[in-house]
Amino acid sequence: MELAFHDVHVEIRGKRLLSELNLRIDAGEVLGLVGPNGSGKSTALRCAYRALRPSAGVVRVAGGDIQQLNLRESAQQVAALTQEGGSDFDFTVSEVVAFGRTPHHRGNEPLTRREQKLCEQAMDQVDILHLADRGILELSGGEKQRVLIARALVQEPKVLILDEPTNHLDIRHQIELLAMVRRSELTVVLVLHDLNLAAATCDRLGVLSGGNLVAVGTPQHVLTPDLLLDVFGINATVVAHPLTNAPQVLFALDAAAPPTPAITRNERSNK
Amino acid sequence: MAIIALSGASARRHLEPVRRKSTTSIYAMVMLLTLVLAGSILVAIGLGSAVVPPPDTARYLWAAVTGGDITAEELTRYQIIWNIRTPRVLLAAAVGAGLAAVGTAIQALVRNPLADPYILGVSSGASVGAVVVSLFGALSVLGIYAVSVGAFLGALVATSLVYLIAYGRVGVTPLKLVLTGVALSFGFQAIMSVLIYFTPTAESTSMVLFWTMGSFGAATWGSLPVVIAVVLTGILALRRYSRPLDVMSLGDESAASLGINTTAIRKSLFVLTAVMTGAMVAVSGAIGFVGLVIPHITRMIIGATHAKLLLIAPFIGAILMVWVDLLARTMVAPRELPLGVLTALIGVPVFIVLMQRRGYVFGGR
Repeated sequence: MELAFHDVHVEIRGKRLLSELNLRIDAGEVLGLVGPNGSGKSTALRCAYRALRPSAGVVRVAGGDIQQLNLRESAQQVAALTQEGGSDFDFTVSEVVAFGRTPHHRGNEPLTRREQKLCEQAMDQVDILHLADRGILELSGGEKQRVLIARALVQEPKVLILDEPTNHLDIRHQIELLAMVRRSELTVVLVLHDLNLAAATCDRLGVLSGGNLVAVGTPQHVLTPDLLLDVFGINATVVAHPLTNAPQVLFALDAAAPPTPAITRNERSNK
Repeated sequence: MAIIALSGASARRHLEPVRRKSTTSIYAMVMLLTLVLAGSILVAIGLGSAVVPPPDTARYLWAAVTGGDITAEELTRYQIIWNIRTPRVLLAAAVGAGLAAVGTAIQALVRNPLADPYILGVSSGASVGAVVVSLFGALSVLGIYAVSVGAFLGALVATSLVYLIAYGRVGVTPLKLVLTGVALSFGFQAIMSVLIYFTPTAESTSMVLFWTMGSFGAATWGSLPVVIAVVLTGILALRRYSRPLDVMSLGDESAASLGINTTAIRKSLFVLTAVMTGAMVAVSGAIGFVGLVIPHITRMIIGATHAKLLLIAPFIGAILMVWVDLLARTMVAPRELPLGVLTALIGVPVFIVLMQRRGYVFGGR
């Protein structure tokens, strides 16, 4: 087991964002978190990349409590693509990618030859090598997202956290990015809004609703019409993909369910 | 590197070496700027109401440093050069370098392109401290340094107040710091105005002008070493934070995920920049525009990484300041122009031209 949440509880100014999350992610596993807006997906991820300290409970990486590590040490184990875009300053793409090496340095010493090579390979993998000398602020949203992925890769983490990595990407780049995640040997936890892409990408899905983990398991197991109605408040048909057999969620606009189930459920769990 | 199994397509593609600007060009630039700065200092020391050619200036400086001889008829010129102009020009260089470095760091620290060294209340706090000292004769045991010390203390009190007020239960956010700093600056300015309004003395006007526009007219060999020491160690200390400053501009969450403790670093940088700015304001008043514009100009020339910025920006700031001060004291001699007037006159057009030519961006298009 590479990453584990043990009874992780997050409360900010009296507002409960996450309740007793228990979740284990095995080495090399790709786990997707899905759920409606405000269900605690990003909150859970933020506890893992140290942007947030859980009010109670423990997040473990490779068995150790990450709160016992200093930020530098945990950043050597866990890399993250956050929802923060870009930068204040017009750094070049290769400079931003090189920032991924920050946790492996104490001072300001320049990158070693091995590290430079690492950066080049990562940029090649996400197909941004041709942008190396361009300013980060002049890139399109999709290009920027790939730069940030490359930055996370050169961090050489054990665990990769991706908070809505497909934001701003067109469908081809979404598929390419998720295929790359799939090919990687890393332990990956990612938040996705597109349930079909999540089903195609992830070994297991965890479903959050109102700060509670309401289901976890293989996509076939989790993505059922009942759960979709219960958690997302939608009437959907689930079919098997003709080629991959992954569950695919189909919608029809006039089949929308009355919104009551999901909302009442959230309110109940918040009390 | 086993992080990702390369796909067939990208594995086949030849890995081209990433073009990177050579580090040698930075060192060449430093060499060049050092020469320009030394030359500017020499020329500026020689020029003024009594013009001394650079070779003579160099000879006097050499004599002063090594204890060599000069002729009796040269004594007056020597004294002007060594006792009046040299500390003044060196102070201008030191303050220019310090303001450029602090401005660079502050803009990254509070993540705001409009930030300058005075944004967190330093200059207005210093002026209140100085006015209190000179009007009420506090700290009189310190003699001629009373006003400077009062200004320095005022600066520190002001920034501490800003920090304490901005520090909420969730910690200091950059925006909260800026807003608190701006708000308190107005408060301190009001206090200074009231003090001067109700205690009018002959020096009131010049005092207001000095603290709001700046001048190096008060430079002496007595205070110069302290300022130079604070500025130089300050710049070296800031340079140690080059990489954290880079990473912090990606946002606090990204910085945390890259192992940077933004809260702790903000705190250290806050203290460091407050002490540096306080020391500079105490001897030269608040010289606007340099700390705001030099960082931007330097970024346009050499890019945004702070390891380079905090090396080059101080040189550019120092050189600019030496020339600005020279103009300030020669243009309408024997009167002096306030420095803030000239920095704005020179800085604004340079900034606009550069901004349009280089397609400069800060914080998106």
